[in-house]
Amino acid sequence: MSNKTDISVNVNGREYTRHVSPRVSLADFIRHDLGLTGTHVGCEHGVCGACVVKLDGKIVRSCLTLAVQTDGHAIETIEGLSESGEISDMQEIFHKRNALQCGYCTPGILLTAAELLEKTATPDREEIREFLSGNLCRCTGYEAIIDAVEETARERQDGK
Amino acid sequence: MANDTDLTDYIGHSVPRANTLALLNGRGQFVDDISLPGMLHVCFVRSPYSHARILEIDKQDALQSPGVVAVVTGKELLAYCEPWRAELTHLPPMQTALQYAMPPERVCYQGEPVVAVVAESRALAEDAAELVEIDWEELANVASIEEAMQSEGPRVHPEMDTNLAWSMELEQGELDKQFSAADVIVEQEFYVDRQTGVTLEPRGIIANYNSADGQLLLHHSTQVPHIQRAVYSKQLGIKESKLRIICPDLGGGFGLKLHIYSDEISTAALSVMLNRPLKFIADRLESFLSDIHARGHIVKAKMALTEAGNITALQLEDVAGGGAYLIHPRTSTIEPLLVGVCTPLAYDIEHYKANVSLVYQNKVPTAQYRGVGMPVASLVMEGMMDAAARKMQIDKAEIRKVNLRADDAYPCKSVTGETLEGLSQHESLDRLLEMCAYPQLREEQQKLREQGIYRGIGLVTVVEGTSPSPALYAAGGAPISSRDACTLRLESDGSIACITSLTEQGQGAYAIINQIVADTIGVKMDEVDILMGDTKATPFGGGTWASRGTSIAGEAALLSANAMKEKILDAVSQLADAPAEQLYIKNGKVIEIETEKVVLTLEELGRITHYRTMEFPQGFDPELVVTNHYSQRDHMMLYANCAMCLTLDVDINTGQVKLDQIWVVEDCGKVINPMLVDEQIRGGVVQGIGSALFEECIYDEDAQLRNGTLADYLVPMAGEMPDIKIAHVETPTLVTELGAKGCGEAGIISICAAIMNGINDALEPLGDVSLTSQPFTPEKILKAIGKI
Repeated sequence: MSNKTDISVNVNGREYTRHVSPRVSLADFIRHDLGLTGTHVGCEHGVCGACVVKLDGKIVRSCLTLAVQTDGHAIETIEGLSESGEISDMQEIFHKRNALQCGYCTPGILLTAAELLEKTATPDREEIREFLSGNLCRCTGYEAIIDAVEETARERQDGK
Repeated sequence: MANDTDLTDYIGHSVPRANTLALLNGRGQFVDDISLPGMLHVCFVRSPYSHARILEIDKQDALQSPGVVAVVTGKELLAYCEPWRAELTHLPPMQTALQYAMPPERVCYQGEPVVAVVAESRALAEDAAELVEIDWEELANVASIEEAMQSEGPRVHPEMDTNLAWSMELEQGELDKQFSAADVIVEQEFYVDRQTGVTLEPRGIIANYNSADGQLLLHHSTQVPHIQRAVYSKQLGIKESKLRIICPDLGGGFGLKLHIYSDEISTAALSVMLNRPLKFIADRLESFLSDIHARGHIVKAKMALTEAGNITALQLEDVAGGGAYLIHPRTSTIEPLLVGVCTPLAYDIEHYKANVSLVYQNKVPTAQYRGVGMPVASLVMEGMMDAAARKMQIDKAEIRKVNLRADDAYPCKSVTGETLEGLSQHESLDRLLEMCAYPQLREEQQKLREQGIYRGIGLVTVVEGTSPSPALYAAGGAPISSRDACTLRLESDGSIACITSLTEQGQGAYAIINQIVADTIGVKMDEVDILMGDTKATPFGGGTWASRGTSIAGEAALLSANAMKEKILDAVSQLADAPAEQLYIKNGKVIEIETEKVVLTLEELGRITHYRTMEFPQGFDPELVVTNHYSQRDHMMLYANCAMCLTLDVDINTGQVKLDQIWVVEDCGKVINPMLVDEQIRGGVVQGIGSALFEECIYDEDAQLRNGTLADYLVPMAGEMPDIKIAHVETPTLVTELGAKGCGEAGIISICAAIMNGINDALEPLGDVSLTSQPFTPEKILKAIGKI
């Protein structure tokens, strides 16, 4: 409410300085202060994964992170990852396989799956399911998502 | 499709959805992503009690809180929003209560909104909401269905003599005679707990009233913009023509976003009152406390059979817990109605009686959620089938084969008077048993049992109602449209603008319409530009619910595309010296049949119709626009069928159920996009796994919800879900040219019963164990087998 502080954050490669209240979550900051609405809020409890962003290269739940905690740090959101093209292969495969329905969970799923593939080049289906088990998708039943991540990993291995 | 680049053969193919691209790039636009100049935020003070009288509201401190613009009570909002009574007059009479946007005097469920706080931000509104002081007088409450049924005791609505909201009897044949002549009688009682829909995107609305022109614009996360417009118009006293609803991207619907919600309509009324744009987005706790709940049934069933396993009679009694109000405008009665109507549909049953009823409780209203009554109907019917098979030592596939109608028996009437047409239950079951290698599954089960593993096989054959006619709702006076329509317009660049009354929540409505129009006219899909979800722009229609999008709006699109094709060929025949019958369209080019010569491209035709109109003969109208409508008026619903088998293991020490494999054979008529149909089935199955194993709204004896977060209310996550194998039998419906029925609810209707049957099948070696209380939690399983 009061005691607003200045923070400087690098978001998707661009420096932002903003005056924020200490209680503002990173999710609200990204969405409302910066207008990057690709990050979604689903449960506000860190359970559903819709708000996942990257903080200094690692995925975090932006609903459980305060904006002031990110002062001096680097954030990447779905918009940044889309523009850089680094997950364009996965996005294309998600499109082709219909690995999304309403699309509300999708940015969080893409960021989480991208981190999995950074850690494990060729995860098996069980590993993919396990890694995504903190991301709620209410529409698809998950199978198409698992298929799409598996195919992305395979294509990356094949050097496509 | 691969080689001939001119081909525009899309119907029946797994074409990806063009409208996922924005979503995949974080560029979707959900209602909370929209911000209007001057927009304020609304937050509600909600009742902490399940039943209480409001004695006094002190809002002075709240009004002084920073950023607060208004604090409004139910009494003050009355002048801006008429209260309503939900009712359908074509069904037996309903005892219906008056419901307010915010009740001025008495709350009937925990979470009912009573004061609205409007402020510059949601956070500031929440700060002020905490400062609103309310004096309450707590009233005696009605929590459980059993309490609601008692003749003495508290009433949810004091003006009523009982808590009974509605009841209906369906009877056909000679029940008593059949039961006294029966070789075998099976009786079971089923309990289905309350759950909720949990759309990942919570409900939300932005209301923008402008007193200068009297227009109210709503950006609204709703499945049914035209239906919402009709109700909002009536309650707010604003003409429909002055009220516009735009649906942004919807983060899931599942029936949850069909209804009139107090907080949403209050936001619209507040916008009129304050003449400002206002946003309300439910947070997750509010969602649990105010989104409709679903299910909540106690069903007693009794079935008579011959020695050979033929069902001779079925009787059931269903009491559903309706919560505090009949939801508007559909009412909460359709859930128990469909239990009564649909339970016996799958089998050839001649003697049937059902008493179904709905009772009031001091809880959130229950209402239409994916499956509407039918998951309960199949739980009961399929549970009874397995109970009979167990009792009579008949194989569970065999008892179904004995009772299914022959595939050539259609069309025919069910015992409840429903017309069934084009079902393929034997073919589907045979295909299923082959696909899952049923005899081997039984052999494997035997081996596993010898090793002490409790493997279960759950089998169901289910009929699902889709694509309702106006007889289901509109006949009862509710503004619920069963029609849909599609406008097509040739644009100046030769593309086709397609404006449909259908809406999208992720099912693939956009792609299906896109496929049908492009394929029928003969253009590439990206030459068809689709607009949906705007009451001011689209033709009038019902929107997306009851598995009706493809079958009804798809048919309207097909009729429009056929008409558009004719219109294009007629226009070209005016320009070229060729009769329209000698022309056809291929990949956006009008071609002469005989010579295979391109006469004109649609791009050229677009230029001529918009700029060079002098090329047409005098008197010819070059406006190439068509609108066609379709209403399904032949049957109350278009019934589809589904056969499902699954394997699971029950850990008898922990009560955990581990799903192993799931196989589905579905007949939803003509399949327009196999990939999207499969994804609808998978999504429905997994949602139903939640219903069967995890999801319950846990209330205490004071009707206080105990699990209002996603950390406490469990939903299926990726880790525990199996892969699902799907096959199709395609029996097109004869009532439309397209031939499609619905498929969106097959999964959830089938899976709950399949899981229950699988668990009971697994536990057979332990003697007479029968779990019939959903969700089938570890605790209930351990209790049933005497471990705790």
